Amino acid sequence: MSVLVNKNSKIIVQGFTGSEGSFHAQQMIEYGTNVVGGVTPGKGGSTHLDRPVFNTVAEAVEKAGADTSIIFVPPAFAADAIMEAADAGIKVIICITEGIPTKDMIYAKEYIQNRDCRLIGPNCPGVMTAGECKVGIMPGFIFTKGKIGIVSKSGTLTYEAVDQLTKAGLGQTTAIGIGGDPIIGTTTKEAVELLMNDPETEGIVMIGEIGGGMEAEAAEWIKADGNRKPVVGFIAGQTAPKGRRMGHAGAIIGGADDTAAAKMAIMEACGIYVVHSPADIGATMLKALGL
Amino acid sequence: MNIHEYQGKDILKSYGVRIQEGIVVDTPALAVEAARELSAKTGTQWHVIKAQIHAGGRGKGGGVKIAKNLDEVRLKSEQILGMQLITHQTGPEGKKVNKVLIAEDVYYPGPSEPKEYYISILLDRGRACNVIMASTEGGMDIEEVAEHTPEKIIKEWIDPRVGLQAFQARKIAFALGLSGDAFKEMVKFINSLYKAYVETDSSMFEINPVLKTSDNKILAVDAKVNLDDNALYRHADFIPLRDVTEEDPLEVEASKNDLNYVKLDGNVGCMVNGAGLAMATMDIIKLSGGEPANFLDVGGGANAKTVEAGFRIILKDPNVKAILINIFGGIVRCDRVATGVVEAYKAIGDIPVPIIVRLQGTNAAEGAKIIDESGLKVFSAVLLKDAATKVEEVLAAM
Repeated sequence: MSVLVNKNSKIIVQGFTGSEGSFHAQQMIEYGTNVVGGVTPGKGGSTHLDRPVFNTVAEAVEKAGADTSIIFVPPAFAADAIMEAADAGIKVIICITEGIPTKDMIYAKEYIQNRDCRLIGPNCPGVMTAGECKVGIMPGFIFTKGKIGIVSKSGTLTYEAVDQLTKAGLGQTTAIGIGGDPIIGTTTKEAVELLMNDPETEGIVMIGEIGGGMEAEAAEWIKADGNRKPVVGFIAGQTAPKGRRMGHAGAIIGGADDTAAAKMAIMEACGIYVVHSPADIGATMLKALGL
Repeated sequence: MNIHEYQGKDILKSYGVRIQEGIVVDTPALAVEAARELSAKTGTQWHVIKAQIHAGGRGKGGGVKIAKNLDEVRLKSEQILGMQLITHQTGPEGKKVNKVLIAEDVYYPGPSEPKEYYISILLDRGRACNVIMASTEGGMDIEEVAEHTPEKIIKEWIDPRVGLQAFQARKIAFALGLSGDAFKEMVKFINSLYKAYVETDSSMFEINPVLKTSDNKILAVDAKVNLDDNALYRHADFIPLRDVTEEDPLEVEASKNDLNYVKLDGNVGCMVNGAGLAMATMDIIKLSGGEPANFLDVGGGANAKTVEAGFRIILKDPNVKAILINIFGGIVRCDRVATGVVEAYKAIGDIPVPIIVRLQGTNAAEGAKIIDESGLKVFSAVLLKDAATKVEEVLAAM
């Protein structure tokens, strides 16, 4: 078991023949991910990386049986790519693209709302199920199959957590990079819920950032759900000044509720093992599991 | 991207939003000319001199003054132009005023009392849609209103499928207690304002105050407009609105090098790949007894050139007493970053502060070896914990 993606997922790459898409598709294939083809409008009928290229996502679904898509198209066209995937019946849409205009994402999120699909991202490192399937840009070699699930707004901070869990001998089930934009497809709470219901996942690492209220929402849900599994939490940006955007479009403190301190206090009150230093994630998870 | 009040008002006006009219100038002589022109155009007797800086609280800081005649226009423009204006949003050093807006007086007496309101439009992240917020408490700091009298804030969420509906604009205008002509004007004001917000790809509008004049007109007296940086590619006409004199010079230089840098006040500089890890690295510096001097994300393509640019920018900050480089190599190879650090170090010459380099991930061991064998005054670390300890030691030795 795992969540969202596994060795049976049939993955297509939107923006397959571009430089980003090509590079990461190659890396995904080398990890053993089941990439069944890609989409580049106008290049349908050709092959790339020994896989078929389609003009539309609908064609990729029909001819290659694709059920999962990863998007590398440039920001101006990314919202369109998300909607095309949803319309074609793709079940898991993972959007890596950073820099999509907020207005485009408002429309894209509304468009997919009542369709049978889940969007991860945008502006995220993707989703990876250790030992099975990499649908993203994470370095595969730091992962080991294990028992901890990860939910994170940040890319390199996810790698940090993964690495510490590997070194602690715990390994990972699935790491979900939900993305650092103000509007994202899957919230912290939704991603945590997926992992909470995954029988293989024994503990969860939840990494957030300043800005927005998603970590508080997730923490309250975890408590209401009965703290079934230990959750170790970290919020980046304890030293960030108010009103300044810290790299990620969504990482900006607006009011008193979205500071790191406020989020950490709520998380602690909801029974989450909150670490103040990201260096302590692995060790704290060992303790939380009684190991 | 933040823009000035006068620029924001120009945009609003082009969408049919009524504004307090004004002319922007940069000398006292031009201020007098502008005042004359404005009187001829609008019939205004008095003028308001408004400092144009990217910060709120200008009035309290002495950056907004009334002038009752042309002599006062000259005198007060002289006082404001060139001043270092300090408000609660500028920091203790304040911001230099390069331009003033000479604006018409809109608080003239008439059949009814003028009244101030508050209206803003922004993204509700939780609901993934835009929200219009309005309040009868115009001219106040809205965060204080939200804290003490949250019932005085009206919110209307906009369904992205159909946009702002007429009934929503009416609801807001009624909730603000308006009737008659002022009510009609407010409905029109809200409709035009929302259209401007959507079509300009803005990420925030804050109109505080919105004024009902004594003759029942509704107009924007101030305008705080924030444009979505990610959408600027489809608004080429907005790109010249950027005022780099409003930004920290180091941040301007960093953006020219494609580095994401935010200047802070601490003593330990840092250079990191990834925004989340960069924030987390700042937090580690604090936990190790220092204060972060900056946020700096070198992105996914860290190489000798970006590392060198990063060093140069960090070293221009005289407060920096140590530098922590924290790279988690995924796609980026650590040995390349290490070579970059060594090359940059040599290119810059003598770097006067201790450097702690933590490389982890792809080829981390090779990277550490390059650093250790370079003979440079650089401490290397592999684990985040070790890097934190090194920072602590370096700070303790000062």
